[in-house]
Order: sequence, then structure tokens, then C-alpha cells
Amino acid sequence: MSAGFYVSPEQLMKDRADFARKGIARGRSVVVVQYADGVLFVAENQSNALHKISEIYDRIGFAAVGRYNEFENLRIAGVRLADLRGYSYDRSDVTGRGLANAYAQTLGTIFSSGGEKPYEVELFVAEVGVTPDLDQIYRLTYDGSVADIQGHAVMGGQAESAEGYLTDNYSPGLDLDAAIALAAKALGHDDTTPRTLTGAQLEVAVLDRTRSQPRKFKRISEAQVDAALAAG
Amino acid sequence: MLPEAFLTPGSSSFTEFLSRHQPELLPSARLGDATVAQPVAHATTIVAATFPGGVVMAGDRRATMGNVIAQRDIQKVFPADEFSAVGIAGTAGIAVEMTRLFQLELEHYEKIEGTPLSTDGKANRLATLIRNNLAMAMQGLAVVPLFAAYDREASVGRIFVFDVTGNRNEERSFHSVGSGSTFARGALKKLYNPDLSETETVTACIQALYDAADDDSATGGPDLTRRIFPMVAVITADGYRAYDDDATAAIADRVIGGRMTRPDGPSAPVE
Repeated sequence: MSAGFYVSPEQLMKDRADFARKGIARGRSVVVVQYADGVLFVAENQSNALHKISEIYDRIGFAAVGRYNEFENLRIAGVRLADLRGYSYDRSDVTGRGLANAYAQTLGTIFSSGGEKPYEVELFVAEVGVTPDLDQIYRLTYDGSVADIQGHAVMGGQAESAEGYLTDNYSPGLDLDAAIALAAKALGHDDTTPRTLTGAQLEVAVLDRTRSQPRKFKRISEAQVDAALAAG
Repeated sequence: MLPEAFLTPGSSSFTEFLSRHQPELLPSARLGDATVAQPVAHATTIVAATFPGGVVMAGDRRATMGNVIAQRDIQKVFPADEFSAVGIAGTAGIAVEMTRLFQLELEHYEKIEGTPLSTDGKANRLATLIRNNLAMAMQGLAVVPLFAAYDREASVGRIFVFDVTGNRNEERSFHSVGSGSTFARGALKKLYNPDLSETETVTACIQALYDAADDDSATGGPDLTRRIFPMVAVITADGYRAYDDDATAAIADRVIGGRMTRPDGPSAPVE
């Protein structure tokens, strides 16, 4: 910021917030949906190599929109924090809430005082529980605000229209195929003319509480996604 | 706020991250004035053997402190990740901690990079952990692991052996580490053959552990009254699988039945 001209703090924060919001709106959306066996993430993502949805720990998953290198940094930091906490204490001591708090503090600090520009990212952090009422989903925005999510949410891109479609069509306890189909249709409803998305355009992953392994995160293959879309 | 160290890109190694951020959590950080006056628990005799389609690792269940049996049912064979296993001989406390760190190292890399390490990469990381423990090993707190993995690229079971300096070697067919390893290896020399089935290979390993227990006081044989048997794990294309008590008992009971007739075990032809 150049010296000499006075800018009120409100204006400064508003400019930073607008900057971050515009950056996030430019990209594509990510949907999170609670289904019968856990939590589903669906992102519109053509790339096979660059992921928007990732595993953090046994029962914890992460999804992000916005600037790739910024959310990659946050993802790696989250994996380090989770592994360190699990190593120092016990695996069961790593919680989605703890991670969401750490992210909120980091994003908040970066937004208000930490550097030239705020992070243009928005995150979902989800922890799958032993039963559906113990599932936790958090949404974190560029300024470090945290919100609890029930059932479903969309972030990034033209989130409002997709969110509207989800609200109208969601019901709790969907099976995996129905949940994938619903999420894909919601992502397609981000504009006046709905688009039909195929498996190749989607990145899909779940936190499945019915898995026998401690690590509940699983990526869903393109073939499986296409089968779900055909069925749904 | 997450410290700067967390947000810095670069290493996918959990051990390297720890050494920069919280070095006091590393096992090798506890040097100090470690003249080990009290005897510490030692864990002993692990065997591993390959068969077509995979590899078996088995370990005895005894931990000793000098002449006292510290534990009768200690676990010495652990899954390192879905397709590999580590068996540890040496100072029990450090060995278990090192296994924990190694498991986390492999998981951490897979989560950061999005793909698991190659089998050689995993063996190298274990060699590095052993090498970092050299100072403590020189003071009597040595750890010597045996590493077995199913290599999905080559579709074979592989065995790696290490010494305290971290020197790593690959063994083609079978190997053993620990105080009873010379006896176990001698037994496997006569019993092993690369075409055995999974069950026959497990049986050969249990025979070898029995022979090790027969001649080494620090290695435990099967405890018939408490039904404590060697720990057996098999790694194939389907991943790591530990034999449950009933499965191991079935094989061990047959082995012991044979020993009732011929206590030295199955005899091999002279030529």
C-alpha cells in the first residue's frame, strides 16, 4: 500500500473481501452432501492430477475452491497438523473441529494482517462420525469465518443457483449413487441453462463410515461415477 | 494460527518435518547421558519368507529383561502400510516407537503426494530411520528391523534386511533377525523352497521359530497352556493380512504334534 493517502480500515477490509470473493467466484464449484453412509464431496474438475478434494486424516476430508497454490498450502499444513497431533497424542484425538479452528485462525490472520493479499480460498472440512448425527461439516471462508453445515452446501463459482437446486431436491439418507447424481445435477444448475456433467468432468470422493479400515476417505473412480449418473 | 513451518511447501517426509519443527519428538533426539544402567526389554527373532504371490513374516511373542520374561505376548510384527510389514528385533521401546514413526512416514507421504511410495522408497526411508538411531545403538539401544513388502509393480514378495548403520540389502527367499536368528535361518535353509504354498511357507516359518526358541532363551516357543502362538502376517496382492489366533493355532498344533514324534523337527534328506 502506498504511503500518504489515508484509507479507512472499513474500506480496506471491504476491498480485500471483494477481491477474495471475486477470485473465488471465478472458479468452479464444489458440493458437499451428507448421505446414508457418510459425507460426499463432488467437484467440477477436469484434471486428473490436480485435486480439489483430499484426505486429511482417518475420518477427516478437505475440499477447496479458489487459487490452487494457496489451498494446496493449506491442505499440506492440515495434513501435517493432523499427523503431528495424532503422533503426539493418539489418532482418535485428531478432530475435524480442531482442524477447522486452526484453518480459521490462519485464514483470519492472513486476511486481516498477514500480507499483501488475502487468500482467495474457501474450504470445506468434514469429519465422518460413527452415526449420521455425529457427522460434522464446516465451511471456512477467506476471512476465517467458520460455519456449521447441515445436510448439504455448495461453494465457489456460481454457488447460489447450485445451492438452490440442492435445497429443493435434497433428502437425508440418500444412497451413494443418488447422492452423486444429485450433486452432479446441482453443479450443472449453476447457470440459466442447466449443463449435464459426466464422470470425466467431476472429481468425487467420500468419507465412508462403513469402511473397515481406519482411513475412511475414498476416491470414486470415473467409471463408478458414470454408473451412478446413469442410474440416478 | 498455523506456524510458518506448516505452510512451507517442500518435504513430503514426516520425519524431516518433525526434525525442523519439533525435533524433540524424534526417537533419535533422546541422546543425552544415556548410559543404560537398567536392563531394558528386548524383542527377538523374526522370520520372513517369500512364496509365489507374496511374502510371510512371523515373530515370536517373548520380551526379556535380562533373565526375566518381561512380556509373554508382545507383538513384533506390524503392518507398515497396506502392502508391507515391519518386524522388529532389539530394544522394545525404541523399536515400537520407530515402527510408529515409520507407519506415519509412509502414510504422510501418501497423503501429501497423492500416491504411495515405491517399495524401494519405503525400504530407503526405513534405512534412514535406522541410521538416525545409530548413536543410541552404539550405547546399547539398538533396533534391527526386517521389512517385507508385496511389490505391486513386480507382483512379487520382497524382503529387505538392515544393519544398525542403515545399510540395506534385499534378500531373495528368506531371512531372520534377532537373537534366535542363526537357529531360525539354519532351520529355514533345510525346510524352505521357493514353490511352497502360503500355508506351507507359514508352517516352515513356525518350524523355524520353534527351533529358535529351542536354542535361544530369549525367544519364546508356543505357550500351549495360555494358547499364545507366534504372530503371523501374510502380504499378497490383496494386502496385509494378520493370521488370527485360530488360524495360527491350527498350524502350530500340527507342528507341535510332529515334534512329539521327532523333537528336532522334520528331517531333510542327506543328499
